[in-house]
Amino acid sequence: MKNKTLLIVMTILLIGSFFLSSCGQAQAQTIKIGVNAELTGDVPKIGEGTKYAAEMWLEDVKAAGGLEVGGKKYPVELAIEDNESKAESAAAANTKLITQDEVLIIIGPQASKQAVPAGEIANNYETPMISPWSTNPNTTKDRPWVFRACFLDPFQGPVVANFVTQEFGFTKAGVLYDVASDYSKGLAEFFKEAWEKQHGAGSVVAYESFTTKDTDFSAQLTKIKDAGAEFLFTPQYYNEVGLIVKQAHQLGFNSPIVGSDSWGSAELIPLCGSDCYGLYFSTHYAAAGATGATKAFIDRYQQKYGYVPDDVAALTWDAFGLAQMAIQNCGKLTGDLKVDRKCVRDALSQIKEFDGITGKMDFSQGNDPIKCAVIVKIDDQGQFTFYKQACP
Amino acid sequence: MAFFLQNVINALQWGSFYALIALGYSMVYGVLMLFNFAHGDIFMTGAYIGFFVATGFLGLSASGILVLPNWLILILTILISMFLTSLVGMAVERIAYRPLRNAPRASAAITGLMVGIILETGNLAILGARRQKFPDLIASQTYQFNGVSITNTKIMIVLVSIGLMLALNFFVRRTKWGMAMRAMAYDFLIVPLMGVSINFIAAMTFGLGSALASAAGILFGIAYPVLDPYMGIIFGWKAFVAAILGGRGSILGAALAGFLLGFIEIFVATIFPSTLRDLIAYSIILIILTFRPHGFFGEPYSAQLRL
Repeated sequence: MKNKTLLIVMTILLIGSFFLSSCGQAQAQTIKIGVNAELTGDVPKIGEGTKYAAEMWLEDVKAAGGLEVGGKKYPVELAIEDNESKAESAAAANTKLITQDEVLIIIGPQASKQAVPAGEIANNYETPMISPWSTNPNTTKDRPWVFRACFLDPFQGPVVANFVTQEFGFTKAGVLYDVASDYSKGLAEFFKEAWEKQHGAGSVVAYESFTTKDTDFSAQLTKIKDAGAEFLFTPQYYNEVGLIVKQAHQLGFNSPIVGSDSWGSAELIPLCGSDCYGLYFSTHYAAAGATGATKAFIDRYQQKYGYVPDDVAALTWDAFGLAQMAIQNCGKLTGDLKVDRKCVRDALSQIKEFDGITGKMDFSQGNDPIKCAVIVKIDDQGQFTFYKQACP
Repeated sequence: MAFFLQNVINALQWGSFYALIALGYSMVYGVLMLFNFAHGDIFMTGAYIGFFVATGFLGLSASGILVLPNWLILILTILISMFLTSLVGMAVERIAYRPLRNAPRASAAITGLMVGIILETGNLAILGARRQKFPDLIASQTYQFNGVSITNTKIMIVLVSIGLMLALNFFVRRTKWGMAMRAMAYDFLIVPLMGVSINFIAAMTFGLGSALASAAGILFGIAYPVLDPYMGIIFGWKAFVAAILGGRGSILGAALAGFLLGFIEIFVATIFPSTLRDLIAYSIILIILTFRPHGFFGEPYSAQLRL
């Protein structure tokens, strides 16, 4: 009996606290920014970079006494949600941020697998969203409320194809990709298209796939080697790259292995080790040898968190820069979320050019920026060094 | 020919893992008529325990307190982790299964799923979502024979797996404890009346299965050095398929079916587009089971001499 009473009292208290807290949020004159990040699941390092960059930005805003909009300073709050690196959780996280946390704008998710479904939610609820790192075209396609801070895969695919053709003069390509990931599948297709345009049909001699969570690629790699591929293109995330590269070497495939921006995590070298030295991938920026604002960001991040920020962190920083610019350009905040979200979206769409730490972004073609890609070489210390730039 | 041989070698390595894990499923089912669905996560736990033991030894070596050659570290890691993981397995049996031994079978199966989730999320809570890299205990060396690449790690993995299976077979066939296990598998109502403790045998069975899973985890870590908390789920399911395919409760069957599963997966991916690998591989197994519903070495329940 006693226990039952206690249970009821606890339940009432719990429900009551929910009401109280939600009332409190509605009254405060704060700007809430949602972050939808891959904190757990397959690519936790991506979520970590996102969170750290967001916290650094918040630190700056706090130091300035808040975000100034139309001559008035507003305190800023971050609502960080974990999407577990799953498509359905990313959609759920966005719904929660929009309806429960009542955020003004959402930054994230990063990976296309999450960003494509999450973008659908943001667009339906008419809430602006910026994905810093998602390169798949579907993320922003026919979605006026969704933006991004990076280049697209239809651009990245040809960049890699051109690079290999010019650098090595190869004509036979092997591709290994995850068929269950929007990002990998999309990029593999764009690469194949670009490569076959240059070298004719059938020049992709092996086009092999696997599904997320697979660890053994020996059958696929044996096929690729047997088909006479002169190099391997594998647009995979850092946790798989280590396994693929190592197994390829063990099977006697010693030709170059080329990757895409999903390689560029600070975690790549700890997992892959010396097997990855000397390989190339296309990405958004190269940390080694950066200058100006980029260098300032890298140094600050490294001092704070103990490692060189990867492209996700840098792009997240730029996405926050874009969000800040849009909110400030908006002029004034009414407190009515529907009106304010529309205002921020319109302001975002009116930004024509943005000078970020990952390079100049040209938004003249809509919600996707036109910007340059970088080819990075992994040197013998495992550092990502600038090798080449490719601009549209 | 080289292409074919290469795939045979790939399949042998891949099948070893399925075989080692399937044995754990099969033994527990044989003795207790219970599917231990937490077994895939015991495999994961074993891999992590191996990771910590190996890292500890390497740390001792590096600091000069206890300098050991890497091959010795490997052997010690396997033995110590097998022991520690068998304790985990016995604890799971004691805490989660024993209180439910007379409960409906479905409750016990659900318990296994819950223990699995607890192990996964417990790991996530303690270590975080970051991937761990299994240390390189033996430098991988690649040998080439007429276009076939074989590494020292692959040879070692296959040999150690087969060795462990033979040891298990010896234990079950030639020792008193093994005899008690087989007797319990035959009839777990009568045998306790003869003075054999069912609790002891159940704990031992779980311990043995977990030790094998731990060895599989360490060998897996050597071959695929990226560990994550969810690595055991799908792998556990597939090994479970192997255990059923081999005939429930049959040690030889589980071992052979594990290798067969490895061969089917590798060769399907080789012959057909790799996108269709699991679709075709598991359709084949479904067809095999349609014609042999009790697996290769299983017999209908009434006549079954399990183990």
